[in-house]
Amino acid sequence: MTATEHASLDVEAIREEFPILSRTIDDETPLIYLDNAATTQTPEPVIRAMNEFYHEYNANVHRGIHQLSMEASIEYEEAHDRLARFIGASDREEIVFTKNTTEAMNLVAQAWGRANLDADSAVVLTEMDHHASLVPFTQVAEWTGAEVRHIPVDETGHLDLERAAELVDDDVELLSIPHVSNTLGTVNPLGELADLAHEHDALILGDGAQAVPSRPVDVKALDVDFYAFSGHKMAGPTGIGVLYGRADLLESMPPFQFGGGMIERVTLDGATWADVPWKFEAGTPPIAEGIGLAAAADYLDSLGMEAIEAHEAWVTEYAHERLAERPDVTVVGPPVDEERGSLVSFTLDGVHPHDLSSILNETGVAVRAGDHCTQPLHDALDVSATTRASFYVYNTTAEVDALLEGLDVAKELFD
Amino acid sequence: MSMGSDMYRQQILDHYKNPRNYGELDAPTFSHRGHNPSCGDEIEFDVEIEDDGETIASVAFHGEGCAISQAAASMLSERLPGMTLDEVDALDRDDAVEMLGGDISPMRIKCAVLAEKVVQDGAAIYQGERADETTALED
Repeated sequence: MTATEHASLDVEAIREEFPILSRTIDDETPLIYLDNAATTQTPEPVIRAMNEFYHEYNANVHRGIHQLSMEASIEYEEAHDRLARFIGASDREEIVFTKNTTEAMNLVAQAWGRANLDADSAVVLTEMDHHASLVPFTQVAEWTGAEVRHIPVDETGHLDLERAAELVDDDVELLSIPHVSNTLGTVNPLGELADLAHEHDALILGDGAQAVPSRPVDVKALDVDFYAFSGHKMAGPTGIGVLYGRADLLESMPPFQFGGGMIERVTLDGATWADVPWKFEAGTPPIAEGIGLAAAADYLDSLGMEAIEAHEAWVTEYAHERLAERPDVTVVGPPVDEERGSLVSFTLDGVHPHDLSSILNETGVAVRAGDHCTQPLHDALDVSATTRASFYVYNTTAEVDALLEGLDVAKELFD
Repeated sequence: MSMGSDMYRQQILDHYKNPRNYGELDAPTFSHRGHNPSCGDEIEFDVEIEDDGETIASVAFHGEGCAISQAAASMLSERLPGMTLDEVDALDRDDAVEMLGGDISPMRIKCAVLAEKVVQDGAAIYQGERADETTALED
């Protein structure tokens, strides 16, 4: 079955919207972009929305009375409403624009963590956390004296939920959990872990960087307290991410960074803070990027998140099956018949992932090789690096075939 | 792409599959190890110095990692005997790339220079010019 025969998305029409997909990497080799878990490509409607801002109403937001500033302010503020609708949040009071997922995680770790953690408390992370979760919370734990506990990952790439139930006790103030692992592809039971957290009066922060781009996400249904994701992994621009926070939590938290835009009244002795979400957006924000991200949400909804999820699951399963049937390939993470995020990480016997990635590049195939910002997970898996192929709305099974052919080229060179 | 990969020339693959001077020396004058944290390449060099205190008599290396890093170490191990430590110190990135036959992708330069840096840092520690710490190439 070819991509166009698959029911959920019209991939040929989608590819027309992404001009970069028609480039070559040298004069003749077509680009096959399979590094979407790192960043996705940007469709014309998103580029158009950002161009329109710069062509027609570029101005600073919130403070100008003039026409351009008014237009920019309305678009930028409404972008928060758009992202709230996209993930099922109540309204803009629950949506803070950040630089990326990492900054959103740092906002929780620093603004919430410094005010709520002490030597008698603990935070619970996982062995499969991205460095964007591990490093900020480990740092804040050092500052506050809080304990850090880690839910282990079993050999099938799942969180050990029995161990989690033991680790989460009444000392725990917060769990930080990846919704979808960026290395294993595991879809973690975030709602179940939210229940566990709440039973112990703890909060839960979901890292949605690999979930929001590829599946319907409803933060209220998941019952998470915080949720973070990035624009550039969901067909949006770089330089913008989102922190969802329950309205009452954001209201009660101290600011993260200080300066213009986040204040209500400043005297030489001090200041009072603006309302949420602006309290958390110090300085001139990423205006074009926020508007671009709202356009990305429009674009993804026009395709339909269920259809996107179905398409990516199909391409990912095809890749997983083809890789797993090779005796020289070891895939990490859950087995073929289980739901996973839109990525497959693996090793190829006898070829280091960096060599494989270089050889694939010569065949036009872009993948990621390395530790994918999950060094402790790679330590637990006892591999120094893996090669990761990750898929998005525009990828086809023919592109997966090209990846497999590239593996054969590498094997032939190295055997 | 033709089977003759641009970067993975026969010479590099030959040194990777059949590394020269692989192993350890019985009585090295100094040993030093280093790694690339971002990709896990590891190399350790044993170096024996002549009685003049400055000329390399023999070397051995061992390690693991990608073909570029390990081939570079093997090629360097053939070149080092007879060189003075001053000459080793003068080696730079261009020498490493040239030794590998040129045409190393910018993203792989760190793999290419690791062996050179390990020997240089080991020599500097031996000469008392550097604190005795494992070499780690930064991102």
